[in-house]
Amino acid sequence: MTDYRHAMIVIAVMGLAVLATRIVPVLIFGRGEKVPEFILYLGRVVPYTAMGLLIVYCLRDMPVLEAPHGLPELISLAAVTVTYLWKRNTIMSVVIGTALYMFLVQSVF
Amino acid sequence: MKNITRKDVLAALHTSSPIIVTFLVLGIGYGILMQRHGYGPLWSLLSGIIIFSGTAQFVSITMLSSGSVIMAGLTALMISARHVFFSISMIGRYSSEGRRKPYLYYALCDETYAMLSKDDGPEGVNVSNYRLLVTLFDQSAWLTGSFLGGWIGTLLTFDSTGIDFAMTALFTTVFIQQWIDNKCHLPAVLGVVATLACRLIFGRDIFLIPAMIIIIAVLTAARSRIEPAGGENHD
Repeated sequence: MTDYRHAMIVIAVMGLAVLATRIVPVLIFGRGEKVPEFILYLGRVVPYTAMGLLIVYCLRDMPVLEAPHGLPELISLAAVTVTYLWKRNTIMSVVIGTALYMFLVQSVF
Repeated sequence: MKNITRKDVLAALHTSSPIIVTFLVLGIGYGILMQRHGYGPLWSLLSGIIIFSGTAQFVSITMLSSGSVIMAGLTALMISARHVFFSISMIGRYSSEGRRKPYLYYALCDETYAMLSKDDGPEGVNVSNYRLLVTLFDQSAWLTGSFLGGWIGTLLTFDSTGIDFAMTALFTTVFIQQWIDNKCHLPAVLGVVATLACRLIFGRDIFLIPAMIIIIAVLTAARSRIEPAGGENHD
């Protein structure tokens, strides 16, 4: 059975975390105080590390040592990359990559 | 606070229209994924109101049923770090928004920030109404999309094995765009390498926490390399 209580708590905690990043800086620096350079620096640069972290997180259960050795993932990621570099259209690349991946894991591997 | 005029609504709709389309489509995708994981349209709606961050919500799907709550919170903090920067840069613009302030900051997502930080809307439009409406239209589109997705998910019967890959694909497109936009690739490489190393060393359950610690430590130590003093301004 799905544990709805756990789901509620996770949504609440993640919501609080996201809200904190949007509101706390305003509460602290809203009266014209100077914002520490280091905080601004992290705000600028952390997003560029977060995507790599999330991609690895998404692929955390990919089997590398046993068949199919992550091949469906690698092929589909290549398709996402190529189509995105070609058209720069997020939705198109996501649809193509996901359809290809679903086809590969359901019918090929 | 001036009454909202037809002109304000039309201007805000014009600004929001590309975002509304994107949010509807991505929202539907999110709603379908949620539904496939056992969480129907009302869950998607609730999550959209409480979290209201596409990236955090997509990641939350796999964390809803089990796993560490602390890790979920830290992940949300990490994903949302950029909002610190957005909110701070809007303090000046929003200083006279009064009672609308809490909503404007709570719902300040990437796309709304991009639209509202570049100008104060077209001539002759009440800027406060314009900001409120753009923010509201963007969030409504996301909520509508995710609710519809959850509902569509119950109607469609297909083998959805592998549909989670949509999340990986979405993050990959953002990763590529960031790579193109930036000269210094150290943060992007760090994110992948540190997380991958921690996954191999710490196993599948807690690796995000050590990965985040390493990332913040390296970013702090390598600051002069990533952002040379007096270098380009990102504002």
